[in-house]
Amino acid sequence: MSVIELIDLSLELDGKKILNNLSIQFQAGKINAVIGQNGAGKSTLAQTIMGLPDYRNFEGDILYNGISLKNLSLEERAKQGITLAWQEPARFNGIDVSSFINAGAKNKSKTTVKDSLELVGLSYTAYAHRFVDKTLSGGERKRIELASIAAMEPSVILMDEPDSGVDIEAIQYIFNVIQYLKTKKITVFMITHSIDVLKKADYAYLLCNGMLVDEGDIGRMVDYFSGNCITCNHINKPVLEAVQ
Amino acid sequence: MSTKQELLDELLSSIKTHSHYSTEDAHMEVDGNKILAQTTVPGLIMDLVETDDGIEGEIRVKAGIKIAKPVHICFGMIPENGIQIIDLNVVMEEDSEAQFLTHCTFPNAINLEHRMNSSVTVGPGARYTYFERHIHSNSGGIQVIPKTKIYLEEGAQFKTEFELIEGRVGLMDVDYDAVCEADSILDMITRISGKETDFIKIREAGWLKGNRSRGVLASSIALRGNAKAEIYNELTADGDYAQGHVDCKEIVQDRGVARAVPIVQVNNPKAHITHEAAIGSVDSKQLETLMSRGMDEEDAVDMIIQGMLRKK
Repeated sequence: MSVIELIDLSLELDGKKILNNLSIQFQAGKINAVIGQNGAGKSTLAQTIMGLPDYRNFEGDILYNGISLKNLSLEERAKQGITLAWQEPARFNGIDVSSFINAGAKNKSKTTVKDSLELVGLSYTAYAHRFVDKTLSGGERKRIELASIAAMEPSVILMDEPDSGVDIEAIQYIFNVIQYLKTKKITVFMITHSIDVLKKADYAYLLCNGMLVDEGDIGRMVDYFSGNCITCNHINKPVLEAVQ
Repeated sequence: MSTKQELLDELLSSIKTHSHYSTEDAHMEVDGNKILAQTTVPGLIMDLVETDDGIEGEIRVKAGIKIAKPVHICFGMIPENGIQIIDLNVVMEEDSEAQFLTHCTFPNAINLEHRMNSSVTVGPGARYTYFERHIHSNSGGIQVIPKTKIYLEEGAQFKTEFELIEGRVGLMDVDYDAVCEADSILDMITRISGKETDFIKIREAGWLKGNRSRGVLASSIALRGNAKAEIYNELTADGDYAQGHVDCKEIVQDRGVARAVPIVQVNNPKAHITHEAAIGSVDSKQLETLMSRGMDEEDAVDMIIQGMLRKK
């Protein structure tokens, strides 16, 4: 089981502090939900852990199984077993679903493609040879992205709103993926705005203005979705007294 | 000196195909100025002769004839040096239909020139599909200069795909001009991958002259190393309800230079033409997605470029 630990992590983008002295040890082999209002820094945090080029110049440190990720590039982090599921997955002209899933698969085979598509409720026959482009709906691309991640068999997954753009019928397949990751003891960092998705997590962290303002078991953290959120102004101008 | 059969075998092997077609397959193979093999089917006339530097003549599909299987054509040159000039007149008579799968192969080229001067007339209601794949050596010592005049009569359909993604382009200078009468459809797609010092110039022009005529000019070009490309796509609409679209996508890596000039002219308020051009590096989100799956940057770029150039 792999551990991700943030130590006084701060990041400025365009002169604005987006992550603010975050120190968190995510629970290994568990589903760690990250919640908070828009602009709280959740996606930025995921992209910083992944090491996307615009998010490399951070202060503090990110440890992966005790080793700093600071000098590791995006691909080096991915080769260590960390990956990211985008909120809005990319479109690929001319790349079919089968090639896309096999691109990062641990075992590149037709069986891997078939199994991972089945996990997200899509049939091999109907999807394997379709292009990952605009001919697929946003929800289909989301499920195919999760299939590609399952095929990769990573140690840590950074999931940015796994349910966004997915219809009610298909959400069950997203839950299947989350359950599958749980049984595989994969460490998941999952950003969500959905109470139903949050309930699938083991533990939750609440961010506001790039700061950690609360954490706890799901039963307690769920209250933030029912109007009991902290009293700060969430438009990136927190009342510091409220969050301290 | 190679025998005719040896040349034929080498030519077909370079395009990864077999040398034996069934009697139902129309085909023709040309090496330099030698017609190595030729078989036709009822309704298809291939009246071609050898010249000093190539071949010339006419390919005609008779009125009402629909050729069920693709016609295979291979123009190539096995030697390293030389010139090949193809002067070709293609006529699709009224309501005829045929697909041509053409390979232009120059697997050993060091100092070669391939010129194609052709005219294509697609008669009323006829359908002409022409897929042309080039296979070049990696030397870059080749010049490819195709010039084609296209005339689409009422209700005619013309679809062509040009692909050069194996080997070096060398120098390519494409010039296609099409006139489209009423209810005709023009669809031209070009996919080229340039490397090192390759130079690609493409001019494609379509005149949507007739009412309800339609045209699409689409090009996807990838440039790496010091390769350069100039793409001129031009659509002019005169007919009532004529519709057209120009689409140019170019991925530029390393020190590649791309220039895209879409020219769109509408002379009729009932006509409509759109254009779209995108030039730049590989899309960062696509690249980051593949790299976040553990792919090396170079492999990820290759996969994205191959995808863009892939036959859709």
